[in-house]
Order: sequence, then structure tokens, then C-alpha cells
Amino acid sequence: MSALKRRRGPGRNEETGPPATPGRAGNGKPGLDREELIRQAAEVPISAVAWLDERTGASPFLRGFLYRKVPRGTNWFYTLGSATMFAFLSQAVTGVFLAMYYDPSATRAYESVQHITNDVFLGQLVRGMHRWGATVMVVLVFLHMGRTFFFGAYKYPRELNWLIGVVLLVLTLAMGFTGYLLPFDQRSFWATVVGVNINASGPIMGPYLADFLRGGPEFGAATLSRFYAIHMLLIPGLIAALIGAHLYLVAKLGTTAPPWLKAEKPRELAREEI
Amino acid sequence: MPDPRKRRKEKRSPFTVDRGIPGAYEGETVTRRRLFEGGALTAGGIASAAFGLPALGFAAGPLFSDDSPERFQDVGPEADFNARTYVARVITLVADAGEAGKTTIYVRKFDPSRDTDKLRQPYVAISTRCAHLGCPVRYVQASERFICPCHGGVYGFDGTVSGGPPVRPLDRLRTRVVDGRVLVGDRFSVDSKLQKFSVRDPSNHLDGIWKYLYPPRPTT
Repeated sequence: MSALKRRRGPGRNEETGPPATPGRAGNGKPGLDREELIRQAAEVPISAVAWLDERTGASPFLRGFLYRKVPRGTNWFYTLGSATMFAFLSQAVTGVFLAMYYDPSATRAYESVQHITNDVFLGQLVRGMHRWGATVMVVLVFLHMGRTFFFGAYKYPRELNWLIGVVLLVLTLAMGFTGYLLPFDQRSFWATVVGVNINASGPIMGPYLADFLRGGPEFGAATLSRFYAIHMLLIPGLIAALIGAHLYLVAKLGTTAPPWLKAEKPRELAREEI
Repeated sequence: MPDPRKRRKEKRSPFTVDRGIPGAYEGETVTRRRLFEGGALTAGGIASAAFGLPALGFAAGPLFSDDSPERFQDVGPEADFNARTYVARVITLVADAGEAGKTTIYVRKFDPSRDTDKLRQPYVAISTRCAHLGCPVRYVQASERFICPCHGGVYGFDGTVSGGPPVRPLDRLRTRVVDGRVLVGDRFSVDSKLQKFSVRDPSNHLDGIWKYLYPPRPTT
């Protein structure tokens, strides 16, 4: 603590005098030393942030990202993207903790899900959050897409962000498809059989795609572990990376004003028209 | 007016000396910087491919191998089966997958007066995997029909489609009789004339030009 203090330079300590040393604390001036300690303790978080900032240069970036200007007319519909991202984060966190109890083997999967739901402390809540959160995320993705479409926010120069969003939509649905199998009850089993066979209905490549998803010609133990790996490793990584790219482009290009606002004329022009 | 880009290309000499690049020497066409750029990119590409390609092959491997040798399973003595109705039996399709690896099949004796197929199976063993999207069909003796609960597929007594969305008859399984016991082997698919094909996924047509769009796969 005192090392940090010393580095601040001479000007800061003039009011309080030299920093307290441990030796003086026991020498009859406890009040002053205590005040000084509290003052120093209060500076710890500031110093820690300053330490990080000095070494990462994060604050100009964060200032630009978090305090960027938004157009007039920005409203609650503009929060749907963030809402989707928080739905994803919620899925990621609950998913990690579900993975601690879940067993992706064809013979044990169902029992392990029953164990999570019935025995584990707060298991029903966490599984419920993950299960309903999946639906919430899909709904939010579509609402966010609708906002972008109806506000014309997909137009130049934001086409690439629309395309990334389309990939994110597809990946979100793929998360729903792969996650649906994991409880491994009758409903999820047969729904996945049907889903994989829908993939197989595509000419020429379809049956190969189905073989890839099943990990072979028959629906078996390999299918479940495959779906599990795709669900918890492959797609979440892709989604996280693409959300990063999506946000970068939002910060770089800025957001659009709602379509019902007319573009403002430069002041001189407006005066001339009068 | 000539294209400026084209003219620049004409003028550009392959020798670095002619292009006035610092440190160039006589006869050099690629600078060291260029060479090392290319070398670093190539090394990175080789390193990525060295782990990427095996990993991809590992994930896609099941597409190209048939690792389930034909295995005949005993479904009971000949006395259990007759030519008039089907008897349900449970067989194991995938080992080590518990209940999920098992499936119901329907077995009856071949009836020369009724069956028209040339499949030469002593017993008719019908797979319950619906040819529409793979749901399990159920046999109803009263109507002599197989009925699928998911999307309303209906099949006749010999497994050919009598209604609904299925695109081909129900798959069958090879049968043989050994020492008075009925054995059931691999699954195979049939077209609407009950001609034999290697097993296809549900939803894959097998009639007309369709059968060329769903060719046999290495896994089956």
C-alpha cells in the first residue's frame, strides 16, 4: 500500500504529512494513524484500477465504447440486442454449472438430469433458467432482428453486421436443436430423431449431414456425446466470438436513428429557407 | 487513354534493383522481407493444418466407415410366428446405448399366396422406423396397417405406403432360420416395388430418378 502511495509523487501528501509507518502506530497517536490508514485503504481500489489502466490503456477504449454518442430518438427498442447478449450470458453461466452434474452417456443422461432436477440444491431453478432462457433467447433474437429490420438499421454501412447477426441467429437455433436432446427423455429423443432425419432429406449431401450429426448410420451413444460437445463447446465459442465482432461493429459504426425522425438540416440552410 | 493500372504493370520490373528497393542486390526478384512473410504464413498454415485436418477427419470419420458387422439376433422359435399376423420383438440396433439402442420390429412368416416380393426371406421382419422422418410405427391388426403417430403415415400389411407423407415402404430386416429358430440381421430398404436397396435414411426416396439423389453411403 505504501509503495503505491509513494509513487504518487510529492504533491498528494502535503495535507496529511508523511505516510504513517507501522512503528508510529503504537506511539500514542492512534487517531491520526487510523485516519491515515482509512484514507489509504480508500485509495486501494482507485490505485488498482489505475495500475490496470496504466498497463492496458483500457480507459480510452472503454470511454469510447460505453460513452459513445447515440442518435436522437434512441429508445427502449435499442436495448433488445443487449438483452439478447445477457440471455446468452445467462445460458453460458447456467450451462457451465449444469455441466458439473450432467452425464452425457446414453445410459446415464436421463438419470443425471433427474438428479439435477430433484436432488441438487437449486438444481430445478438452474435447469429451469437454462431451459426457459433458451426460449427467451430465441424470442429476443427475433425481436432484435425485427427492430433492426423495421428501423432500417441493416442498410449501408451496416450490412456486414446484419450478416453476422444472421449467423448468430442460425447458431442460436442450432443451440436449441442440440440442447433439446440432452435431457434424453422420450420427447427429446424422438424430436432429435425427426430433426436429424429432416437434415437427411436433403438430396445427395443430406444423408451425409445426418451421418455427421449421428456420428454414424444409427442413432446411438455417439450421437449424444456429439450433440453435447457441439452444444457446450463448439457453438458457444462461435457465438461468443461473433458477438464480439457484432459489438465491435456497433461501436465502430454507431447506431441509426429511428426512421420516423427526419434528418436535421444544417443550421444555415434552415435559416435560408425561412 | 490507356488504363493507368495496366501501364504501371508493364513498367514494373521483376528485379528489386530496378524498383529501387533499399538493400536490393543484382538479380534479386524477391526481397527478404517478402520471403519471410511468405515463410511465416506458410509455417503457420502448415502448423494449423497439422492439428486442424486430423481433428476434422476425426469428427467426420464416422461418415466413411461401417464399423457394425452384420450380427444375427435370435428372436424366438419358428413356432412363435405365423403368416397371418405380426409378432412384436425387441432387438438391439446399437450396443452400449442402453434402451436408446433397442428397437421394436414386427415379424411374420413369409406367405407365398399373399407376398409379391422377390426378396427370398423366409420370414418378413419389418422395421418400425417410419420412412417419413423416423418415428416408431405401430402395427394395428384390425386394419392390417402400420400407423405412425407423428405425422400420420400409414402402411399396408406388406409395409408399402397406403397413405400419408412416407416416401417409400417400411424398411425390412434380413431373416434366416437356423435349427428351428428365427434369426434377424441387418436392415435394408425397399422401393415401392419391394426391390432391395442398401439401408437409407428415412425421407430418402427410392423411386424413379429420386434414387440417384439419395445414393448409398459408405456407412450402410
